[in-house]
Amino acid sequence: MKKYVVMLVLLLSPVLAAEELFMVRSQLSFPEAMTVLQQAIRENGYQVSRVQRIDIGLTRSGYKTDKYRVVFFGKLQEIRKISDQYPELVAYLPLKIAIFAENDETILLSSSFKHLRPFYSSADLLASFAQWETDIRRILERVRIEE
Amino acid sequence: MLIHIPVVLGVVVATLVSQTALAEAANGALLYQRNCAVCHGIKGDGGVGIPLNLKDFLAVASDNYLRATLREGRPGRVMPAFPGLSSDQVSAIIGHLRSWSDTEGPTYPAETLNGQPERGKTLFASHCAACHGDGGQGGVGTGVTFSRPRDAPVEAPALDNPGFQASVSDAMLKATLLRGREGTPMPSIGTLGLEERDADDLVTYLRQLNTATKPEQAAAGLEPVIQFESSYDLEQTLENLKQAVVGRNFRVIREQYFEQGLAAAGEENPRRIMLYFCNFAFLDEALAIDPRVGLFLPCRITLVETENGVQVMSINPKNLSQLFNNQALDKACQQMHDLYEEIMEEATL
Repeated sequence: MKKYVVMLVLLLSPVLAAEELFMVRSQLSFPEAMTVLQQAIRENGYQVSRVQRIDIGLTRSGYKTDKYRVVFFGKLQEIRKISDQYPELVAYLPLKIAIFAENDETILLSSSFKHLRPFYSSADLLASFAQWETDIRRILERVRIEE
Repeated sequence: MLIHIPVVLGVVVATLVSQTALAEAANGALLYQRNCAVCHGIKGDGGVGIPLNLKDFLAVASDNYLRATLREGRPGRVMPAFPGLSSDQVSAIIGHLRSWSDTEGPTYPAETLNGQPERGKTLFASHCAACHGDGGQGGVGTGVTFSRPRDAPVEAPALDNPGFQASVSDAMLKATLLRGREGTPMPSIGTLGLEERDADDLVTYLRQLNTATKPEQAAAGLEPVIQFESSYDLEQTLENLKQAVVGRNFRVIREQYFEQGLAAAGEENPRRIMLYFCNFAFLDEALAIDPRVGLFLPCRITLVETENGVQVMSINPKNLSQLFNNQALDKACQQMHDLYEEIMEEATL
């Protein structure tokens, strides 16, 4: 039953289309969008493991940039299980969403797992890819529609 | 009962999708928000994509040009093709773009202009190449950027792009040259002392640009992970990696357990370690090429100890790059791929 519900959500998700990159524009300012993003990640059952402040390193090195962060997140048991079975996938884990300011709006970006699918045939793993894609879309859409 | 669930859901989905499609076809604003606004801005001011709400752009862009652009995209220049949009949906989006202007879209004759291409080439080199590149390959970077300083407020489009060439007519090119585009560095050629005959020569030359060199697509099927087996134990491999990273002008910015931040402190698996590193000059260049490179960041190599030994691995930037439709980014990813390999090879052999 669960997989059909996931299919339904995927088909009707507002962050729709056969995208390879999931990208949304939020009309929230960067700090507000960042707050909503972290809330949305938690609401979907994930834990934020780290926020990498790309802009800080750049500006400390003398380069100019607006706010730019990468938010890492995951579910411990799921990540342990998958990295035990497929150690090479740790390179793509935890999951991540890049978030950067564009004037007084904010762009958020993540990727599908389309580029990984051809290399794996396990139904469980492919289901995890699909679930992550659904959850990431939902998280991004939550930030996009927030006013 | 469960046997029928797919059927029932299929019917529900089909109904909802068809109703949604019908509603969307009539709602260009909604379609624009879903498909275009993330790059071109909610009001068409631009962003990762070029601005679409410029008066001069809307005055010279024909519906046929906009329609073909949505269909063809710009291979290797970020703008994707939208083959999934119906004809009605494309028309609705174009209708929404037209709502930003009080003039109707022009129509152009399909005729080919017969100027003098050699003369056009000379004119192009004198007046256009500084922004559009010697071969019309366009400027470096994406449409507009609001997040970083740069020289050009709007990046010059690639005139040799096969998607552009397939979308634009000779007459539209000429109209653009004669009118210019206020709000961008593109002047009317009249302000440069050129005349209509010069526009014909330029257009004829532009039609001869080498569009046969289609952008290299990052090869699908590339392994998603770069992986090496270490000849050393975990601790020594980590030290070797740090030395190899620093030796290539990268700075180690962080070393942490793979599960840090997810597992309670002290309960992380200590035999899985992530090493983050950065070369900020390289990062700055990469962000100038494409602000979406956050998905590659920060540079990272992960060490995993298994019963078979120590594996070191990273994402394969060449594999990930295929999602971005950006030829310039493909080149940077090739460079990063080679660096990852060099670092891991040095640290493990």
